[in-house]
Amino acid sequence: MPDYALRAQNVTQKFGAFVALEDVSFDLKVGEVHCLAGENGCGKSTLIKVINGVNTPEPGAQISFYDSASAARVSPTDAKRHGVHVIWQDLALFPDLTVAENITFDSFIKAPFASRDTAAKTDRAAQIITRLGVKLDPHAKLSDLSIAKRQLVAICRVLDANARIIFMDEPTASLTRKETQTLLDIVRKLSADGISIVFVSHRLAEVLDVCERVTVLRDGAFVGSYPTEGMTQKKLSTLMTGLDLNEQPRGTESFGETAIEVRGLSCDAEYEDISFSVRRGEILGLTGLMGSGRTEIALSLFGMTQADEGAILIDGKPVNFRNSRDAIAAGVAYVSEDRLNLGLVQSQSIIKNTASTVLDDLAKPSFYLSPKRLSALCTEWITQLKTKVSDPRLPVSSLSGGNQQRIVLAKWLATNPKVLILDAPTVGVDVGAKAGIFEIVRDLAAKGMAIILISDEASEIHTHADRVLILRGGKIHKDLKPATVSEETLEEMINA
Amino acid sequence: MRKVFASAEGILGLLIICLSVLLTVTTDSFASIQNIFDLLNNQSVNIIFAVGLVVVLVAGGIDISFSVAASVVQYVVVTLLISMGGGNWAIGLLLAGATGISLGLINALFIHRFRIVSIIVTIGTFNVFFGLLMYLSRGRSIYTIPDWLYARVSIFSVELERGSATLYLPVLVMVVMVVATWFILSRTGFGRQIYGFGSNPDAARRSGINVALIQGFAYGWLGLCAGIAGLMQAHIVREVVPNALYGRELDILAAVVLGGAVLGGGRGTVLGAVLGVMLLALIQNGLNLLGISPFAFKMIVGAIILCAITATNLDRIFPQTRRSTKGGATDA
Repeated sequence: MPDYALRAQNVTQKFGAFVALEDVSFDLKVGEVHCLAGENGCGKSTLIKVINGVNTPEPGAQISFYDSASAARVSPTDAKRHGVHVIWQDLALFPDLTVAENITFDSFIKAPFASRDTAAKTDRAAQIITRLGVKLDPHAKLSDLSIAKRQLVAICRVLDANARIIFMDEPTASLTRKETQTLLDIVRKLSADGISIVFVSHRLAEVLDVCERVTVLRDGAFVGSYPTEGMTQKKLSTLMTGLDLNEQPRGTESFGETAIEVRGLSCDAEYEDISFSVRRGEILGLTGLMGSGRTEIALSLFGMTQADEGAILIDGKPVNFRNSRDAIAAGVAYVSEDRLNLGLVQSQSIIKNTASTVLDDLAKPSFYLSPKRLSALCTEWITQLKTKVSDPRLPVSSLSGGNQQRIVLAKWLATNPKVLILDAPTVGVDVGAKAGIFEIVRDLAAKGMAIILISDEASEIHTHADRVLILRGGKIHKDLKPATVSEETLEEMINA
Repeated sequence: MRKVFASAEGILGLLIICLSVLLTVTTDSFASIQNIFDLLNNQSVNIIFAVGLVVVLVAGGIDISFSVAASVVQYVVVTLLISMGGGNWAIGLLLAGATGISLGLINALFIHRFRIVSIIVTIGTFNVFFGLLMYLSRGRSIYTIPDWLYARVSIFSVELERGSATLYLPVLVMVVMVVATWFILSRTGFGRQIYGFGSNPDAARRSGINVALIQGFAYGWLGLCAGIAGLMQAHIVREVVPNALYGRELDILAAVVLGGAVLGGGRGTVLGAVLGVMLLALIQNGLNLLGISPFAFKMIVGAIILCAITATNLDRIFPQTRRSTKGGATDA
């Protein structure tokens, strides 16, 4: 048995004048879990496409699988023969088919005229499910499953195709902590079976947890391959961004008046007896496991749902939000978790997205919406938030994830809020962009905005919150200053 | 049991049974062999359309040009048959199928090759087909159709007290098309590819599905069904009126959607499409027998469609009231 499942050297890929990969090396041991790390646009996807035979690299590359002689490129047939499979982030499954049909889908393509043979396919799928040691009903329709279960179906599907080298693109991006643990256990199990896994993830903690080695790319260039032993999240971020992101924890900033106060807020089956206040300039962390009530509280503060009992006070005055318009008028802004879908109209221009919360104000005193005022507003925020925009008339979908996030922020900051609620602001955003976002958030706090930061990343809360409320089962479990405990202790408190 | 009633087909089947019982009790003529044979003869054309359309809907597309395409086929084929001295039913079906497939492939070409959304393409071809037909025919009907078409091909006949009741060729053709479509969609790997493509086109592309083949098959098959249905309609009404099928596409679309197909693709079954057509036919038949105005029919159909779609969406709006669907199969 050879030691290496894959060895690739001198891989260069150019698209016109753009160099996507420059002289990259990558090797993967048999049964190894290896992380491919780097910021968005660093060339991870391009490298994956070279290895699974979609892209042809520039001449001079040397790529070999197992014992085979090295070749200058990988053809799709080679990739298939060596069992190279990629599970992309969107999973590429079929929601209207059953679990068994999804797992064995390739057989329908190979033999279109053969009978569908449900019983045999179900058996085959059931065997793979058992091999993986998970619970899945082969007859269930895929659209009835959670994202975590669908992820398992995607894994079963590549196993059915005899995968030996699996690339997993952001597999944990939309999973809860518990689901992530299950997935990581499965990854370990596959690796014990001799399957090599390349893990692509923005979540550095789990990268360090499950991978043996990590290969870092930056702007298409090869930075290096390192064992994860002895590697820290901070070191890895520095390698990925080339910047020394030395984020200092919050110290003893001085705060102003109380901007928002919540007294004994309760909502049936969602949360109970919640009281807290946030002063101007203060960053309050709101954390807890999925379903602990953090997002539900935020939705009530933003008028999307109404509490059964208790009071909300803005600047000391009681308010009663019937809907989100009332909340916006009172100075509350809410950046939702699923910002890319709920926060932006992807096909509309950057200008229109930025202005979407303040259209009424912009049109005053007449009904005329002046394009000049629109673009002035947009330019102002683009500069303030240091957003990289080539042309604000382009659709938002033309921006990277980190820059889209800034546009969502701009859109809400344009309403001039007193209280800014950020729900998981860094989900799916890479390290460099994360740092940029927190720089903005701290800056806003320094200017006197009250900020509620919802996050389940203990490190974010620890570094950026002045105070933290840990929720459990809809109640406040702990109310503390993060600086008084270590990050590890905080993490345990959240997950306990 | 619960599984059966949770599906669109189960609910439709139940409604059809209830309605049949109700009509048997309230009218004298509903449960007669004559009425049932009439229903079958008359609905065959609609069912052939419907099973063709369900393939396109499952593949994630839509086609509103098929009923005017059927008119074109009717006109072209009958003109050809007359010029060749009449022909017979086999030649007729062959010509109708071939013409229908060609028209369907025109849609597929625009949709696949030029990447235009199917509704826009078929609005275009709808107008082109219909405009050309009316222009070239000058709106004139053909009354002297070939003898075999006029005399009707009988496939099964029973003697009744007064005269006899007969099932004609369209019923047999309908059964063949239903079984063929069902077999392809539900019993072959290719059928799964169609469901897969409609369910998630990107994933299908990445899995290596031949997208051109799927699109070509879907629109071509609907073209085939439309062509055959067009000829069968001429067989039933014994004349060719250029605008006779104009507007039929929306009735068929409603019936198929009632049968569980969705405009997003990936869902829909042949059984559902057939039951959808039958339910609407029964309602119309019942209202006729009860002597209610035909305008009431339009209104009732509209209301039923709104209710049915609302009922299927309630699941998504109030997920907590949703029944466990574990073990629910995708299709019949």
